[in-house]
Amino acid sequence: MPGVMTAAQRTDVVVEIGGVPIRLRSGNPAFIRLVQDRYAGYVSSSDEASFDFEIELTQPDTEADDGHLRVTWDSGRWLMRRGDFRAELNPSTARGWIQQTVNPYALDSVLRIVHTLLLARKGGFLIHSASAIRNGRAFLFSGVSGAGKTTMARLAPPDAALLTDEISYVTLQDGQYTAIGTPFFGELARVGENLRAPIECVYLLAKGIENKIEPVVGADAVRGLLGNILFFAQEPESVKLVFDAAVEFVKRVPIRRLTFVPDARVWELIV
Amino acid sequence: MNSKRYVARSTAIAARVLGDETMVMSAVSSTLFTLDEVATVIWESADGVTPLEDIVADKICTKFDVAPEVALRDAEKLVEGLAEHGLVVLADKPITESKISHGENR
Repeated sequence: MPGVMTAAQRTDVVVEIGGVPIRLRSGNPAFIRLVQDRYAGYVSSSDEASFDFEIELTQPDTEADDGHLRVTWDSGRWLMRRGDFRAELNPSTARGWIQQTVNPYALDSVLRIVHTLLLARKGGFLIHSASAIRNGRAFLFSGVSGAGKTTMARLAPPDAALLTDEISYVTLQDGQYTAIGTPFFGELARVGENLRAPIECVYLLAKGIENKIEPVVGADAVRGLLGNILFFAQEPESVKLVFDAAVEFVKRVPIRRLTFVPDARVWELIV
Repeated sequence: MNSKRYVARSTAIAARVLGDETMVMSAVSSTLFTLDEVATVIWESADGVTPLEDIVADKICTKFDVAPEVALRDAEKLVEGLAEHGLVVLADKPITESKISHGENR
């Protein structure tokens, strides 16, 4: 039928995370299908997008292939570079490009960076944490690798909707901090449910010999939160924005330390 | 010889008060520092034009039970530490805004 592009021919896809639709274009339909599969549940049914990226598939950048990520602000553009990708975003035109290897993990990284940059200007952030909605409220379980994020996600009871086991999306909506599901996963290897709910509490995870919850306040809470917030740009204005976001968040959302034994009983405390 | 020292907060930082403490983050290194109540008083008074010894005499010794020479020695140690991390600028003359924004120390 004329004018209708089949799924097999598509050269673009709109991925909507946190309510921000981003169009990804590539001359390679097979790669677009890969992206559609990878971000299943987050592919928008609308063609509307807030940002447009043109993707060019390339070989790894051997000169920059040290695994080190660089995010810099230059002449009104964000520049991102790692061994497996180079990317640019011009916020004023809402357009950018990505040169990357065919590995979708490179695109995952670019999307994470872009969302941290966008969120920072709105008082939000991405944070290393599992998150789940229970009884209409979101609970975040934050910690570095090995702290127990995926364990908490695996132990979640059936009535908990899992938003992610790795990277939580925190945004400020109508004066309320809200967690939104993300397709960014850890060891669970499963995209989170594309849902949202007001944040009830952030738990800083620690494994122990008993289950207990202790309040974390003031500077300790900010420090605990900042230690897990993703921010890649070293540009001073961005650092200030992230710091301010963390302080504001701590003033309004309880931060607690959750020491837990890794079995299902820990979820009895999460109500 | 004029031995007065002046201290000014750097512009390359973000700072917020939480209770009795002040959290200061270096926007250059992303390092986070926590200032206690006494350090917070010095931090808030670090306007670049008030000599450190006046800050200690007027804001510290009047509020906290501490000998002036001890307070000044501790204050000098504190601001030198902050300067090492680029959080403040130190000088032997009143500090202009351009020196603060360029993070010049001397």
